[in-house]
Amino acid sequence: MRQLMSGNAALGEAAVLSGCTHYFGYPITPQNEITEYMARRMPGAGGVFIQSESEIAAINMVLGASAAGARTMTSSSGPGMSLKQEGISYLVADELPAVIVNMVRGGPGMGSIAGAQSDYFQATRGGGHGDYRTVVLAPASVQELTEVVPMAFDLADKYRSPVIILGDGILGQMMEPVDFDGLVRPPDYDKSWALTGAKGRPAQSIYSLIFDVKLQEEKNWKLQRKFRLIEQDEVRYETYLVDDAEMIVVAYGIGARIARGAIKRLRDEGKKVGMIRPITLWPFPMKALRELAKSVTDFFVFELSAGQMVEDVRLALEGEGHIHFYGRPGGVVPMPVELYRIISRHYYQAHADGDRKQP
Amino acid sequence: MKTVYARPKLLKEADFHYCPGCGHGIINRLLMEVIEEMDLQGDAICVAPAGCGMLLYNYFEIDVIESAHGRGAAVATGIKRVRPQNLVFSYQGDGDLAAIGTAEGFHAANRGENITVIFVNNGVYGMTGGQMAPTTLLDQVTTTTPTGRDAGLAGHPVRICEVFSQLDGTSYLERVAVNRPAAVVKAKKAIKKAFQRQVDGAGFSLVEILSPCPVNWKMGTLEACEWIDEVMVAHFPLGVFKEVPC
Repeated sequence: MRQLMSGNAALGEAAVLSGCTHYFGYPITPQNEITEYMARRMPGAGGVFIQSESEIAAINMVLGASAAGARTMTSSSGPGMSLKQEGISYLVADELPAVIVNMVRGGPGMGSIAGAQSDYFQATRGGGHGDYRTVVLAPASVQELTEVVPMAFDLADKYRSPVIILGDGILGQMMEPVDFDGLVRPPDYDKSWALTGAKGRPAQSIYSLIFDVKLQEEKNWKLQRKFRLIEQDEVRYETYLVDDAEMIVVAYGIGARIARGAIKRLRDEGKKVGMIRPITLWPFPMKALRELAKSVTDFFVFELSAGQMVEDVRLALEGEGHIHFYGRPGGVVPMPVELYRIISRHYYQAHADGDRKQP
Repeated sequence: MKTVYARPKLLKEADFHYCPGCGHGIINRLLMEVIEEMDLQGDAICVAPAGCGMLLYNYFEIDVIESAHGRGAAVATGIKRVRPQNLVFSYQGDGDLAAIGTAEGFHAANRGENITVIFVNNGVYGMTGGQMAPTTLLDQVTTTTPTGRDAGLAGHPVRICEVFSQLDGTSYLERVAVNRPAAVVKAKKAIKKAFQRQVDGAGFSLVEILSPCPVNWKMGTLEACEWIDEVMVAHFPLGVFKEVPC
């Protein structure tokens, strides 16, 4: 049944339907509706809701709940995500599944409460201390949350690692029609590692302190092998009008929604512009971009930041192609028509440069 | 021949890493004795801290999780809310609970989480080499209070039991010590009581244990035990600070 819901509320509902039984959160704009939704919804669903005293407490409650075998989630935004990084590092080190939502707002510091995409580095580079990555999923619509949320819980359980959902204040606040009919609760995974008390089995423990650096290195390589496996198997992206494209826009989340509007206008004028929209920001669709670079020379990166994902595009293209960039940091949201004008100019310039296509 | 004492079965056959004269070994042993006597080994889940107590999983034959520094009460909250039928306790030092983790401990207490905090107060940061703790006494010399703790510069020693006793969520708070045999017996009773209250669903319980740290206090082991009675107890009086009928 289709209903009108905000992204934040839909995310909460999708989490419950995905089997999340324990939610811990601390209010911060622009994601308060998730916390409020869970406060209303969890008790009736047989789950647990706690408004924690801080984001630090919330992520550590998540760690405890996960260690005890529960499917668990917390959510926050910018400043609160910075506080959660310690706990995320421990979740990775302890190999504990969890879903952490960041409805990004403008930064740095207190920043603004408007939607932004400036936490890309923090999300995709690990964010906390130590040598690690987390899967980062970037939904672009309220409906897509019904796919991304169960996917996040599934990947978290499958790889025993925290998964970040990187939305933004716009996605969180905007209301769109959504139905949950297609949402399939992810399967339950073996959690014999969970701490349930040593009843009928030897005592077990979960910890990340390993004084012996050789063993610590070994543990790190084990984690890295897991990350390589994720890079190999879990890349997700969507393409839009790329078959005949001469310029490819690279944008994610709400940025991709804006870019879609711009591309429609460009197409109306016969400008051959398409788009690739990474759904997993880590692992980043490196291979897909390299494939596109075989037939396309110009890539236009658009982000609601001063330029963060553009670095991954550079890494992916390995010097191939020309990279154009447009970004608006701080919470400013350009209209599709603004982006259309900018892309048009770059499109003309690319052609004025002569035919860049390699034979 | 009558056995008057035996090593608790739940204490692993491992050598403690604790320094000579340290109270942690006694407290570790008491915890395992109590859990064994209460037959809770299959239910107990311990949250170990960052600090001298962090290697508890090497000693305890029960489930143990390591917590980030100060987050023990939050981690214990998460576990307990998933498994209310288990005995969940955090083991925290003075830096862990009374400095970096004050918020987590305070609010777990205030929520009346049905967990137990074993709070080891030795007035000093042991693992990092003897720096000032929130519970360091005035004029006490540590590596970061080289001329003694000065209230004007570093504030006053924090009394956790007294502070927590003001919170409506707390059910049982007692301060004990492990510096003399009679005190150790009392400490064991307090731990047992706290665990029993958790089993009975009474809510948040905390046992603060004054514990000698001769190496960082720069004292002999006997002198450290005496110092607890002669100096420490004056600021940290022993006794029950709260016992809500249940």
